Amino acid sequence: MYNRNSNNPISKEHAKYISKIKRNRLMVRFSQIAILLAFIALWELAARLNLIDAFITSQPSRIISTIKSLYQEGVLLMHVSITIYETIIGFVLGTMLGTVVAIILWWSEFAAKVADPYLVVLNSLPKVALGPIIIVWIGAGPFAIITMALLVSLIVTIITVLNGFMEVNPDKIKLLQTFGANKTQILKKVVLPASIPTIISAVKINVGMSWVGVIVGEFLVSKAGLGHLIVYGGQVFKLDLVMTSVFILSIAAALMYQFVAWLEKKFLKWQR
Amino acid sequence: MNNKVVVNLENVSMKYHSLEGETPAINNISFKVNEGEFIGIVGPSGCGKTTILSLIAGLIKPTTGQVLVYGKKVQGPSTSVGYMLQQDHLFEWRNIMQNALLGLEIRGKVNEDSKRKVERLLETYGLGEFKKHYPDQLSGGMRQRAALIRTLAIDPKILLLDEPFSALDYQTRLVMSDEVSTIIRKEGKTALLVTHDISEAISMADRVIVLSERPATIKNIHEIQLTSEDNNPISRRQAPEFRQYFNAIWKELDVHV
Repeated sequence: MYNRNSNNPISKEHAKYISKIKRNRLMVRFSQIAILLAFIALWELAARLNLIDAFITSQPSRIISTIKSLYQEGVLLMHVSITIYETIIGFVLGTMLGTVVAIILWWSEFAAKVADPYLVVLNSLPKVALGPIIIVWIGAGPFAIITMALLVSLIVTIITVLNGFMEVNPDKIKLLQTFGANKTQILKKVVLPASIPTIISAVKINVGMSWVGVIVGEFLVSKAGLGHLIVYGGQVFKLDLVMTSVFILSIAAALMYQFVAWLEKKFLKWQR
Repeated sequence: MNNKVVVNLENVSMKYHSLEGETPAINNISFKVNEGEFIGIVGPSGCGKTTILSLIAGLIKPTTGQVLVYGKKVQGPSTSVGYMLQQDHLFEWRNIMQNALLGLEIRGKVNEDSKRKVERLLETYGLGEFKKHYPDQLSGGMRQRAALIRTLAIDPKILLLDEPFSALDYQTRLVMSDEVSTIIRKEGKTALLVTHDISEAISMADRVIVLSERPATIKNIHEIQLTSEDNNPISRRQAPEFRQYFNAIWKELDVHV
């Protein structure tokens, strides 16, 4: 603590402590990378030595050449961007609509009580089961997939955000009331800002949820996207294509999660 | 001291309702507060002290009787009353300046003038260089001071203090009660302090109202007259009469554990 603000030279013990922490951090990162590299190397080696059948397990070098050929055909970016696009729309819509519904339910205690059993049932229902209904109603296309992603994240957002609203310290609301605040002011000045951490954690959950919704949606209806590639690859027994798609998918999902984490840091700068 | 009555409770009773039944919180309470007076209210815990403040603040309406502030019946929160809660409740996402401006913001009165006034208050009471700091960078005492400035910013004539020091450690508490009472007297405010700490009440107040157990009625009202050199709480605690008041009130509270 004190070293942060003072110009005192760091003591020997403290320097030792810092270097120990740093070394530990480095070791963790090194081990993480080592595991990944070892896994890839073993996979490749096992495939080359015919210890495993690369036809059904694929192998790293084949994945790379699949990525190359997809890229040369000019379809790689198309598939990736369609899936990412559907996911982003799905989770942004899910988060926004969910927050709006949560605000309505916060506003009217009566509405919240009425809605409660419906929310419980809808929350426990696996939304994937609604897939065929969505296709019939909306038609097989990107819109159906976005609806799928939206449905998967909507209910859980409503419940999480509403809980966040309810947990705002009642004394903070009382404080505003002593200043004569009305309900809109209470919402804007304390309930929403105090719930931003909850909303962001809902966003984090929704990113994952939307990936599930989009991939399932693409399994069911699509003619493009990573989910489509996975299903297609499975049907024609091109495991290289399946593995490649899963690999790209995991990178895209991780990047999107990192983006949300970055947003969180940016918005919650007061939370140290 | 003039004798203009600013707060007047007339036969006020209050009952809370729940499915399990009704709970009488306070029963037939009447007292008057003069302008510039500092009133301490002590009573056993859970006896309805906070209810009295909530009634004066206009957060709740009495079941029977009436509450008058400046001669007018209280209908809702008013600009002449400021309320200070047990915890500082500074908003973590606002810096100290933004926190201090909260009340003015709610009332739509933020302008260059009022901002300058709040800045001056922060500077006067030692928070000038912490304007841009966030609450978690401040000590407990500083946070409580910031909360007081947030209340003073709306320029209330009457201050309601609901155990404002109970979240602080003992030393900070003594210093803060000293500071707060100095600030309140300097700014010429009328104040009602609810506390369970008898010494705190005697050391700060001109009159101490002793309440009974729930449903609270007034047991006694003590005029506090201390022969201390200064009027600040810490030197008032040294006055020879201090202990007599303490013992009298202690007996009246009749605490059993």
